[in-house]
Amino acid sequence: MASLTIRDLNKSFGSVPVLKGIDLEVRTGEFVVLVGPSGCGKSTLLAMIAGLESVSAGEIRIGERIVNDVPPKDRDIAMVFQSYALYPTMSVRGNITFGMESRGVPKKAQNEAVARVASLLQIESLLARKPSQLSGGQRQRVAMGRALVRDPALFLFDEPLSNLDAKLRVEMRTEIKKLYQRLGKTTIYVTHDQVEAMTLASRIAVMHQGKLQQFAEPRRVYDRPANMFVAGFMGSPPMNFLPAEIAVSGPAAVVLSQGIGRTTSLPLPDEVAAGAGGGRAVVLGIRPENLTRHDPRRMDEKRYLGTIEAPVEVVEPMGAETMAIVRIAGREAIARFEPDTAPAVGETVTLAVDMAKACLFDPKTEMVI
Amino acid sequence: MAEATTFDPLGAAGSWQRHRARLIVHALLILFALYYLLPLGVVVLNAFRDLPDISHNGLIGLPRSFSLDAWSLAWSKFCVGGTCAGIEPFFFNSVAMVVPATIISTALGSINGYVLSKWRFPGSGLLFGFMTLGVFMPGQMVLLPWARVLGWLGLTNTTAGLVLIHCVQGLSFTTLFCRNYYVNIPDDLIKAARIDGAGFWRIYRKIVLPLSPPILIVTVIWQFTNIWNEFLFAVIFSSGTHQPITAALIALSAGGTSVHQYNVESAAVLIAALPPLLVYLFGGRYFLRGLTQGALK
Repeated sequence: MASLTIRDLNKSFGSVPVLKGIDLEVRTGEFVVLVGPSGCGKSTLLAMIAGLESVSAGEIRIGERIVNDVPPKDRDIAMVFQSYALYPTMSVRGNITFGMESRGVPKKAQNEAVARVASLLQIESLLARKPSQLSGGQRQRVAMGRALVRDPALFLFDEPLSNLDAKLRVEMRTEIKKLYQRLGKTTIYVTHDQVEAMTLASRIAVMHQGKLQQFAEPRRVYDRPANMFVAGFMGSPPMNFLPAEIAVSGPAAVVLSQGIGRTTSLPLPDEVAAGAGGGRAVVLGIRPENLTRHDPRRMDEKRYLGTIEAPVEVVEPMGAETMAIVRIAGREAIARFEPDTAPAVGETVTLAVDMAKACLFDPKTEMVI
Repeated sequence: MAEATTFDPLGAAGSWQRHRARLIVHALLILFALYYLLPLGVVVLNAFRDLPDISHNGLIGLPRSFSLDAWSLAWSKFCVGGTCAGIEPFFFNSVAMVVPATIISTALGSINGYVLSKWRFPGSGLLFGFMTLGVFMPGQMVLLPWARVLGWLGLTNTTAGLVLIHCVQGLSFTTLFCRNYYVNIPDDLIKAARIDGAGFWRIYRKIVLPLSPPILIVTVIWQFTNIWNEFLFAVIFSSGTHQPITAALIALSAGGTSVHQYNVESAAVLIAALPPLLVYLFGGRYFLRGLTQGALK
């Protein structure tokens, strides 16, 4: 069953279109993350789902009901804001009960709901305080408590973690995941952070320039990005893009030009090469973790493993791994090394390329092949 | 709030030079302060002198006598425009005018500001622009229109008429103050409240109004002081026993039979100046804080 259905949704501010033909269907109990760079329209989309922005064209359904013209309070939603939007003059308890008071929930039921939420989020000791007396993480909890005190059809989160420092953000991310696993409520979550999207989502909706680029499970978005934008946006460090050409004859392969007259051939699965067509110019997309130091002993473990020579230009130790910027086919590419087998700057390394994980893109349309 | 650091322009100079420079600066400041306070001092002193002392030793002079008679005379016995009940009735005319006018104009300004900042509609910016135009409009410009309106409404020479004028004339200021303050209230608060099921008035009462005391205090002080001290409308649109105290003061000094009773006039002026002074003394702290307060946390 679908909790949220969006059909051909459009939004313009004046003559500026910000959302173009969005289609999205969220199943009941799903955790959908809307992710994209700032200005991609994800927050506008969320505000439209909440009823805080009007619909220019198209349709939004919550459950079976079309809610295009339903005011926010009648949409059966709860929302957590990036700024938390806690009512500054009310106590934490007042913040949590405000919505119930507006809806005329009896006092007894209110108290029970507050007690339940307070113990769920461990904010019992904060109930009498004012928002200004809380730390960032505590405010975040109260903001979630205000949403959780309802039992809505949809939970909406608008970048709820971006105002926290890095450490707290990771902690709260885990807590949100735990909460979701416990409550199993349908959730729409907006973020610009692809790590949050990967870790939290049942499905990720990647947006760019007002359009939905891809809507799929995190693994699929990561492994089979729909286009070069998604490939570059998801994953850190990002996917490497290298100009190449499908081999015209011989075994299925993609050919990289390594300078005048020098080429390197990397094997491809037959069906991929056939799908692209021999001689076609492509963009080879390869993630850093699939571009590693060549180890002859492990050559047989994987099919479609190719090798390539590349000079090392910059080395960046990260602790658990070491990233090196190498030059392949005239472009900079990032390769990943174990810290103890990391190369030195200026060295030319032989890299193993896991072509089973590679993606091919059309250089003109930037779509995956 | 940021800590105020004192800027010391003489900090770099040597110790002796600094001493001398500071002495000069302080002497100048004291001189200017005295000069500025002199009129007030003369009025205060005269209010406690008796009439022979003033007429013998001049208006500006150190008191040779001490008397409180002028105060009771001014308050309840002195003849103003034919009636001899002092300025007491006019004082209460002013109270009856300034209290409702201040409350109504502040309340309306607050609601205007709420709508113009948080419930914008097409053309609301333009409307706000027009409303603030009133801030720059001199009172003389609207005398004739007001005379017509008061005539139509049957409010000529009434306190209610003056209340109406001050409410409308003050709306530009109160709206400007409140709107600019409310703009700083994060829109997310309003959005969150809307999702929480609160409507226009509930959001105003429960969220906006509890955040408003700083600006409401500013607005009340501003309106109270201006309406109390207002003179033009008071003189034009009221007469006889309906006059507010500012208009009565004129009648008091103009209606003297032979000699000017400077001590009584001084006392009357001081009585008339007292309410705004008290409002400022009690609310001044909030006034400055409200004016300088920017973003809300």
